Amino acid sequence: MKAGYLPRLLFSPSVLLVLVCVYGYIMFTVYLSFTGSTLMPSLTFTGAGSYVRLAGLANWRVSLANFGIFASLYIVIALALGLALAILIDQGIRAESVFRSIFLYPMALSFIVTGTAWKWLLDPGVGLERSVQLLGWESFRFGWIKDSDLAIYCVVLAAVWQTSGFVMAMFLAGLRGVDTEQVNAARVDGAGTGQIYLRVILPQLGPIFVSAFVILAHMAIKSYDLIVAMTNGGPGRSTWLPSVFMYQYTFTRNEMAVGAASAVLMLLLTAVVVVPYLRREMRGARHG
Amino acid sequence: MDKAIARVSPPARGETGRLGLQWSRAAPRVVLYLLLAAGALLFLAPVYVMLVNSFKPLAEIRGASLLALPSDWTIDPWIAAWATAKIGVQATGLRPYFANSFLLVIPAVALSTLIGALNGYILTQFRFRGANLMYAALLFSVFIPFQIVLIPMAKTLGWLGLAGTVKGLIFVHTVYGLGFTTLFFRNYYAAFPVELVKSARMDGAGFFGVLRHVLLPNSAPIVIVTVIWQFTSIWNEFLFGASFSDFSSFPLTVGLNNLVNSSTGVKEYNVHFAGAFIAALPTLVVYVVSGKYFVRGLMAGSVKG
Repeated sequence: MKAGYLPRLLFSPSVLLVLVCVYGYIMFTVYLSFTGSTLMPSLTFTGAGSYVRLAGLANWRVSLANFGIFASLYIVIALALGLALAILIDQGIRAESVFRSIFLYPMALSFIVTGTAWKWLLDPGVGLERSVQLLGWESFRFGWIKDSDLAIYCVVLAAVWQTSGFVMAMFLAGLRGVDTEQVNAARVDGAGTGQIYLRVILPQLGPIFVSAFVILAHMAIKSYDLIVAMTNGGPGRSTWLPSVFMYQYTFTRNEMAVGAASAVLMLLLTAVVVVPYLRREMRGARHG
Repeated sequence: MDKAIARVSPPARGETGRLGLQWSRAAPRVVLYLLLAAGALLFLAPVYVMLVNSFKPLAEIRGASLLALPSDWTIDPWIAAWATAKIGVQATGLRPYFANSFLLVIPAVALSTLIGALNGYILTQFRFRGANLMYAALLFSVFIPFQIVLIPMAKTLGWLGLAGTVKGLIFVHTVYGLGFTTLFFRNYYAAFPVELVKSARMDGAGFFGVLRHVLLPNSAPIVIVTVIWQFTSIWNEFLFGASFSDFSSFPLTVGLNNLVNSSTGVKEYNVHFAGAFIAALPTLVVYVVSGKYFVRGLMAGSVKG
């Protein structure tokens, strides 16, 4: 039905809010990144200086390098673990829903809660290291979270713990939709179970891999709470990510233009991952 | 003949999976269950550790394994985390922040869900120019890293006189929740039988009549999914809370983080664990009571886009 004035009128506040508070604000932040804003926003255009400054900052390069490690490990491990759990659960097991619920519950928690739990679990003075030592293995050492080269891996661990159940749920939904005809045909042809998974089932899960990748990648870019709660960026700046950098430079170091520039780069990175995916999804929705 | 029977009869329970695939005998079902059980224990361990250590006196945490049950049970850490622990300068415990989170989450969930239902209705039942573009704009807004809107939103809240207030956070969460809630309802109403809407219109139902008497009475599942999704995300949210609120309006996540990370002197692990558990409890309860809808929300928010 063609929209009369009432539906348009009722829809317009949402349109306005989204246009202003999402797209208007994005443009505002982009503009700020081309100014010399420090503590307060300044509206005088000064060119791309803050991007040049950003590129030269060791803190930014450390944040990017950390992001590379964090995002690649987090995505790969969460995908692999999620798929493995889904395949295990899909074997017609007893108490399936109990296992599913256990693997998925961390997703209901706040990253601040997760960060707090893992911060003390991995703390050498009170957590795992101390507990193993108390069992009698006195030379046991596990102080990664206090080691500036290794702390980022602790964050990966906590992030994987939180989200791999979600990936599992996605793959499980995919496995339930696998074409059993093809599986039966492959079995009649004498293919082994491993072969069937590799050649018949996994290829059918392609779209799930893509969806899970996009979800995990955008979660990796947004990751902030977990870092704050677990390491607060430390030791030193060894677990800074672009999200931490943005907050620090914008709100505590009074370099708003540099903070805005870092936020713009985070958005671009997200867009590179998400936009092709959404275009494909929208096209799919229109055709089917 | 035997073969035909084998084909129609389902695989014997406990021997092969749903797809009828059998792993080699070297990996029998026992191994499968052992793997799953080990995984389940690892996934439960952090919450188990939080829980048992929140009932121990501090001395016992330092002196014994984190995995051990308390030998000297105490609820003092819970009392401290709830009512007396020092957060910032005031010894209020998490109680006021718990209250803030509820004052924030109830109106924000109600508003964003209502507007989402209305938007979903309009987007699916009416044709107008730009509807697809608007849908795409909403869809992308769900994925943006919120760092990109922090600075202008802080300015806007200051300008509206809402900086550092729970009302300001309600506004922020409603605005940035619209993308999700609209998409949930849009996808749900898009699959709604057209005939029902048409016949209601024939009977003279107007704009609100169709919504109230046809769509909403059949919307219970998507309303539950949306409410649970919004409740969980807003309750657990941290970045907006940390950016736009102050000591009078901090949500619980910010209060908890301050309790754990700004405390000077002795680290009271037991109080931190109790606090973390208090913060986790509402969403955990929702998860346990209605996990099915929680999963559906996750799926709707991901696979369906």
